[in-house]
Amino acid sequence: MTATPADSNPEVLAAELKRPLPKGRVLFSTGMSAIAFGLTGLALLPLLAILIEILRQGVPHLKWEVFVSLPAPAGMENTANGFANAILGTLIMVGIASVISIPIGVMTGIFLSELGQGAGGSSPLKAIASAIRFIATILSGVPSIIAGVFAYGVIVLATKQFSAVAGGVALAVLMLPIVTLTTEEALKLVPTSQRLASAALGANRLQTIFRIVVTSALSGITTGVLLAVARAAGETAPLLFTALFSQNWPQGLFNPTPSLSVLIYNYAFSPFVEQNQIAWTASLVLVGLVLLISILSRLVTRRNLMR
Amino acid sequence: MKEPLETARSPSRAGISLFHPSPEAELNITTTSRWDLWLEQGFTWLLCGFALSTVVLLFWISWVIYQQARPAIQEYGLGFLWSQDWDVAGLAFGALPYIYGTLVSSAIALLIAVPVGLAVAIVTSENFLPLAVRSPLGFLVELIAAIPSVIIGLWGLFVLIPVLRPVQQVLYDYFKWTPLFSTEPFGPGLLTAGVILAIMILPTMAAISREVLLAVPQELRSASMSLGATRWETIFSLLLPAGVSGILGAAMLALGRALGETMAVTMVIGNSPYISASLLDAGYTIPALLANEFPEALEGLHIGALMYLALILFAITLLVNIAAVLLVWLIGLQRGMVLNR
Repeated sequence: MTATPADSNPEVLAAELKRPLPKGRVLFSTGMSAIAFGLTGLALLPLLAILIEILRQGVPHLKWEVFVSLPAPAGMENTANGFANAILGTLIMVGIASVISIPIGVMTGIFLSELGQGAGGSSPLKAIASAIRFIATILSGVPSIIAGVFAYGVIVLATKQFSAVAGGVALAVLMLPIVTLTTEEALKLVPTSQRLASAALGANRLQTIFRIVVTSALSGITTGVLLAVARAAGETAPLLFTALFSQNWPQGLFNPTPSLSVLIYNYAFSPFVEQNQIAWTASLVLVGLVLLISILSRLVTRRNLMR
Repeated sequence: MKEPLETARSPSRAGISLFHPSPEAELNITTTSRWDLWLEQGFTWLLCGFALSTVVLLFWISWVIYQQARPAIQEYGLGFLWSQDWDVAGLAFGALPYIYGTLVSSAIALLIAVPVGLAVAIVTSENFLPLAVRSPLGFLVELIAAIPSVIIGLWGLFVLIPVLRPVQQVLYDYFKWTPLFSTEPFGPGLLTAGVILAIMILPTMAAISREVLLAVPQELRSASMSLGATRWETIFSLLLPAGVSGILGAAMLALGRALGETMAVTMVIGNSPYISASLLDAGYTIPALLANEFPEALEGLHIGALMYLALILFAITLLVNIAAVLLVWLIGLQRGMVLNR
């Protein structure tokens, strides 16, 4: 290419560089920015609307009695109305789910991170680990209602009884992949140099894993466990036809058990305004619980990353 | 620190007294006791066993649902997929209205959530705003995912439906000549369900697309801008094409979530088992039907038909999720190749 006079002339070149963008391109840029910010605002709107509505509807009826009394029979006034049984039921079922899923999930996470990769793992273990990682990822995308169908097929049909155990098993299926994958992520953050240092001091693999790696990743593992608990506490679909619901206190592990989320669902469609109000108050309690756990776990991780 | 002592205690060196370990024994680091080896082997197998339980679980779920669905599969065969009856008393079951409702509501959700999610991803990954504003913004959008779906349904029932009604009325008034908006709106319906689903899958879409955009190397952005492209020209001709497989993966994961979402949809879709071309009409989805009918299902064939539907839903979501995971892995591989070059 030959240089045109304009290229060689520094003044013309400078003028060309300083020439403002054509109107069309400016318009396109500002227009797209406006659209992007508009859509982002739109994306935030539902969250704000939901939180405001829960506070507006839930706070007026948030009294001490809702935490200690049973749901009042529909249409009865001047009786203590609450959902203490549902809170207890939710705690029982999340407890059962945690007992099942946390040990298995944490152990699987340790396997994936410590034996399934890096120089230490032999290659068949690596192949097994990547297959398991793949399946855990797939399992975390299984719809929650399918977990309910599974628990229904395994426990409810076998025992011919809706029960807290069935609900707990359904929730455990949902918690397991979350605990597994977050544990693995947490362990991966521990620098390899620490593992090597431990091995150089004469520790075997067992000691390295439990005294060094797991100890330093403990807060990350806690985060994963908390996230899984928060998710399980808010689930409704798997409980609808495994634990069912009851108006009374939970009666043992093999009987229908109430839960906060199913109470909200049942009372949302109630023709009685008091029950709708109780649904909103229960939502406030449930959202408060779940958001508290998620934000707490985020703070734990963030502090960890900064360190 | 304990290791030398353990070695001294090992059976192979039984002759050495524990209380007076000789110096050579303490310094010997080449032998490991058999007990330690066994412990480590056993531990490896134990962990492997725990880990395999995840695999067992996935196959167990498939097996249980298939086993329970078998009576219905034998009775209705593949015709179940395009039959439109649902008569519990007459034991005539067909899945088409539910499959249709599930697919249509999820499609509406994707149509809304993909552009909005991309916008959020772009705003929170590019340097439009200072980092101090950007990261809380991303956090707030992702917070929606933490709200239990039954509460989003409650909000949909009491707040979103009244808000959307006038909008639906306008759509009906002006567009009733198209089949899509040809029925009188009454609040709940496919469109409302799609909007609720869009709200629920938005965090998935936004968070993963954001990761994908952040993974595009900064040098590429600088190169594009130094050639004179504006920010949005860079985004459209460089960032989005570079991240397209990841964004596709994000959309697939979001779709998987939308297909299986139960509570919020059940509460706003109107639960009517008829196929209607109009988006303003009520519909029904597979998860909603499972949620409504499982608690009262007693008849073997009724349970079987519900299990058959669960199997269909499970298969669809499994395929969508596998495709999504593979897509996301693919960009991981590509990135690895770029780094190795």
